[in-house]
Amino acid sequence: MLSAQNAAPKTIKVGYAISKTGPNAGGANITQIPNYQLWVQEVNAKGGLMIKQYGKRIPIEVIEYDDRSNSEEAVRAVERLIEQDKVDLLLPPWGTGINLAVGPTFNKHNYPQITFSAVTDRAPELAKRWPNSFWFLGTSKQYVDALVELLVKLRKEGKINDLIAMVSVADGFGTDLSKAARAGFEKAGFKRVFDKSYPVGTQDMAPIVGEAERSKADTFIAFSYPPDTVAIVDQARLTSYAPKVMFTGVGTFFPLFPQRFGDNAEGVVSLGGWSKDNKATMEYREKIRKLVNRDPDYWGSQIGYSALQMLEQSIERVGKLDRAAIIKELQTGTFDTVIGKIKLENNMPKDAFWLLGQWQDGLYVGVAPQRPGVADLRVPKAPWKK
Amino acid sequence: MSVRNLAILAALAAGVVLLAFVPSVTNGYQLSLAINIMSYTVLATAWTLFSGPTRYVSLATVAFFGIGAYTVAVLGEELAWPLVLLIAFVIGFGLSLLVGLSTLRLSGVYFVIFTFGLAELVRQLVTWYEVNVTRTLGRYVFVDITTAQIYWQLLALAVIVLLSGWLIQRSKLGLALRVIGDDEAVARHVGINTTMAKVVLFAFSASFMTLAGAIMAPRWTYIDPAIAFNPVVSFQVLIMALLGGVHRLYGPIFGVIPLVMLFEILLAKFPNHFSILVGIAFLLIVYAIPRGIVGLIEGAQLSLSRKGAKA
Repeated sequence: MLSAQNAAPKTIKVGYAISKTGPNAGGANITQIPNYQLWVQEVNAKGGLMIKQYGKRIPIEVIEYDDRSNSEEAVRAVERLIEQDKVDLLLPPWGTGINLAVGPTFNKHNYPQITFSAVTDRAPELAKRWPNSFWFLGTSKQYVDALVELLVKLRKEGKINDLIAMVSVADGFGTDLSKAARAGFEKAGFKRVFDKSYPVGTQDMAPIVGEAERSKADTFIAFSYPPDTVAIVDQARLTSYAPKVMFTGVGTFFPLFPQRFGDNAEGVVSLGGWSKDNKATMEYREKIRKLVNRDPDYWGSQIGYSALQMLEQSIERVGKLDRAAIIKELQTGTFDTVIGKIKLENNMPKDAFWLLGQWQDGLYVGVAPQRPGVADLRVPKAPWKK
Repeated sequence: MSVRNLAILAALAAGVVLLAFVPSVTNGYQLSLAINIMSYTVLATAWTLFSGPTRYVSLATVAFFGIGAYTVAVLGEELAWPLVLLIAFVIGFGLSLLVGLSTLRLSGVYFVIFTFGLAELVRQLVTWYEVNVTRTLGRYVFVDITTAQIYWQLLALAVIVLLSGWLIQRSKLGLALRVIGDDEAVARHVGINTTMAKVVLFAFSASFMTLAGAIMAPRWTYIDPAIAFNPVVSFQVLIMALLGGVHRLYGPIFGVIPLVMLFEILLAKFPNHFSILVGIAFLLIVYAIPRGIVGLIEGAQLSLSRKGAKA
């Protein structure tokens, strides 16, 4: 017994490389880094992770590197964490591209990779190729399917016509989602009367919003990034363009959105969503607010924190730092998290979170899929207040 | 070939053989550091091959590097690996001939700006094509190539770049380029076809960069235009070459190794202040060692031998 006590390490080393500089830094700072800080703080406040093998709690020690938003740097930083720093656990980097770049390294050394800022249609295939990798945000197809289902229902109720105006940013995110959306809309018999992509960094949205308005579509969809999301909503407000369904992309579920648009955020639809009557999620929001002085985002943040809780529970259930066993527990166990119970299927959560949300009375509530606590989609979107 | 040259050649060959054993004595992290050094050695030497003698500062490095990476993304799973590399080389060569012919009449700052624009142009073209034609931005590279194999390929490429540079310097082309670097007007007046000389060299330099990109691509699994055409690469290559010294073909190696190590230390110790520290390092290099490390060493040797001659 005594020898086991002596063998216990002073700390459990948790390492991550994340974009602190470069184009990915903004996203990493909103969705990911606060989660890491909060999780480590919460675990260490309890005295650390409970490791049965040593019969005591062991605090977490963090080692972090900046991948400078660069795939090659990220690969090397992760190798450095594994081989030089000999970390016990790794947390994932931010973004689809970089998570894929470090995938082979995580896999080679069999570290669990709990990605929660990557959306890729190859997620099921990747989970098979790298069984140690977990894809919490899933595929773009699942979001588009939920959107199509909502629109089909609205059309049946006679609330919208079958015309759709769609724009997308010419980046991985916009291209993936718009491709899936085209297929989905065609199958459901919607007509795309306007369908354009615009380059990253486009600032003048007047032509796009103008054309969308002239297209007579009741549904306007923008698979956009934060700066363009803001520009599109600004432009629509300026010209009083109020489509019955207004969907905008990344940024809509960021804390900056209601700050900037106030009451005018009402009715805007996007990805993600929040449970208004889940106490644990609300408590989580309070903790993030206290820590970084702003809200979490209303899509990936809560899911990311849940993924960290699942990692924590897996380790404590396994009772030792046996990564193969931890991966197995993540794949098969059921976990209690801030967003509720999660059980993974093929390394992805199933029906565990909101795919689509809408700003309603100052809160970004989940409107799809149909699961307990779902809010009704409010259509048509309220007219703009000047 | 003189005895001295033979001895140098033998020493180099021994060095290459030794370097080939790096993957068997390093762990994964050290090997990826070695890959980083090797890939920047290829890029900075290929850069110096053209920019050293002609004094045309190019920021197009990543344009060609990225094209190489994209060639692998498109063809990597379809064709045999050597064929993919060959195609990358041919594409790099063809494109750089085209670019060279249309732009090497520019000089000075116009050329710098053009090359920077070229990298952005290629990136936008690829983006446009992917968004409007293939409708997927981002490609997956699943090729069965190990990290050690990437290292060996880069090592071989580095040897090829150095050898071709050495051969070119000894050829008429090398002489012509040195004249151009000193004074292009004079070069034209003594009957050198300056455009031809510059274009040929530019094409060789660029296709080596393209090959480097192709060899590196399997490291990343996923490639999109932002990853493949990251402008930081062009600037790093430039600063590494300048630190090493561009008046000797082997000069850049003396810049690559210290800078890669410096970046590594800064990233590990000061992850939150990396950019500002690198900026300071760059300023120091440009002001304090304008002729590069090789220039410093040669300067020291020269003053030593002068002292010796006086005594």
